[in-house]
Amino acid sequence: MGATTLEGVILGIDTSLGTAVAVVDSDGAVRAEAQSANPLGHAEVIGTLLADALRDAARGPIGSTAAPAPVELTHVAAGMGPGPFTGLRVGIAAARAFALGRGLPVVPVPSHDAAALAILLADPFADLPRFAVVTDARRREFAYTVYDGLDDDGLPIRATEPALVPQVDLDDRLAALGAVRRDVTAIPAAMIALAAARAVAAGRTLAEGEPLYLRAPDVTLPGAPKKVTG
Amino acid sequence: MNRDAPLVLGIETSCDETGIGIVRGRMLLSNTIASSMDEHARYGGVVPEVAARAHLEALQPSIDAAVAEAGVRLEDLDAIAVTSGPGLAGALMVGIGAAKALAVSLDKPLYAVNHLVGHIAADILTGEEVEYPTVALLVSGGHTSLLLVRDLVGDVELLGETMDDAAGEAFDKIARILGLPYPGGPEIDRAAAAGDPNAIRFPRGLSRASDMAEHRYDFSFSGLKTAVARWTEQAERDGADLPVADVAASFREAVVDVLVTKALDACARHDVPRLLLGGGVIANRRLREVALERAAAAGVAVRIPPLSLCTDNGAMIAALAAELIRSGRPASTLGFGADSTLPVTEIQVAAPV
Ligand SMILES: [Zn+2]
Repeated sequence: MGATTLEGVILGIDTSLGTAVAVVDSDGAVRAEAQSANPLGHAEVIGTLLADALRDAARGPIGSTAAPAPVELTHVAAGMGPGPFTGLRVGIAAARAFALGRGLPVVPVPSHDAAALAILLADPFADLPRFAVVTDARRREFAYTVYDGLDDDGLPIRATEPALVPQVDLDDRLAALGAVRRDVTAIPAAMIALAAARAVAAGRTLAEGEPLYLRAPDVTLPGAPKKVTG
Repeated sequence: MNRDAPLVLGIETSCDETGIGIVRGRMLLSNTIASSMDEHARYGGVVPEVAARAHLEALQPSIDAAVAEAGVRLEDLDAIAVTSGPGLAGALMVGIGAAKALAVSLDKPLYAVNHLVGHIAADILTGEEVEYPTVALLVSGGHTSLLLVRDLVGDVELLGETMDDAAGEAFDKIARILGLPYPGGPEIDRAAAAGDPNAIRFPRGLSRASDMAEHRYDFSFSGLKTAVARWTEQAERDGADLPVADVAASFREAVVDVLVTKALDACARHDVPRLLLGGGVIANRRLREVALERAAAAGVAVRIPPLSLCTDNGAMIAALAAELIRSGRPASTLGFGADSTLPVTEIQVAAPV
């Protein structure tokens, strides 16, 4: 990993699958985590999860006996998808608004990068073969991103950008790419925050500021008005 | 918190306008609106996914612009307010996600409120004395509702609403039939200017004696739409030039007639000599004209807020929350969601019990 480290505390938010919120130190120490696995209801739970995570983070590390003190956040990291649009937007809107309220920068992170980081850090000494993070994209499609281990900044190396594939074609596609399939059903917000911390420390940008929709809006252009008489 | 004149930021994302408003009590400080209407024009109507994407893009710049215009700092706010419904679910959720996060970030109370009641609250920002009870007619591309308001923060009754299309939608659909662009309201208005409103007698929906028991204050525009389509198709078959101006004027007259007749009937029946107009369709000049003329004859005082407060906006949401605060209501809890069919009787959502 690179020599630069960032002194900071990052709030991570992701709603690309369930709803996940975490407060993480830039060295990766998790101060608080709160999540809902429900693939719906993001707008309902996001406020409570944010409030819970901030309250828990204020209590300090487990076992701490000091009086709670609000954490001084330095960044807000937003999971940018891919994911079902309606839910995905709730987290991005929340991240932006939260950052606005505190005058903090927003760090966009591809949600699959966080899942890949979790997989790669689960056993740092394992020599993982090339793998693909695979998430449900609904409408009989999967979203996938292929990764090749960690780079010197401690960030997952993307071998492909996030893309959609019909469910029936996924295994052939991954075989062609030489990637092992890793199905993911939850994006850890702590890994969103950690990826953001590492990106900021390295002066890198992981994603553009816009959501990774991967699909155009579902609309049909109107034809001529329908006849009402025969 | 300043309970007499709370400084409130309101977020409204129920349809295609991203509205951010800031009020201090009953004083309007900013009414910032970003509309995605142009993006919907080529589809001939509001596309929910397009609207929701536009909200996400517009929210942060709109909040920045509103705060700058109001000359306040976010940390000075006494409360945040947001529309919980009714409206497009996916669009509402963008505003709700942002509002909750902003409230938690600033550690400020959050008020989740009803969009329709917000339209009524807009009137308070005109700076004039507002009296209740009043009948309110709210007409837009998303709703057509007739309400009896006895108390803005405590007693709003739904008298009737549209059974099918909203009046604004009817304008859009007829504009398409006549080959006019979206949005239909101003186009029909323009086309109707040279037309005879009595040229064609189009039907007035739910206005028969037999409708009075069940649907006295409800509206229906689908029969009218079909009648206009039939009439134009017949004209085409006859090989005649379509008298667009007469069709537009006669159609508009049918809509206006039924709206104003039912609204004034409600005033008479409930013995309320006040009528408040709200919603984007109030921009229609003929509707305002007929309402003022016939209300004057009926001894009913009409209130029409400035158009910028009639169309969907965040200031009305902030104004409603400010009134809730003034009347001592506690903030909403954080657990609410988007309710696309929120009834008008639920003025505040997720109020603690
Ligand atoms: Zn409205």
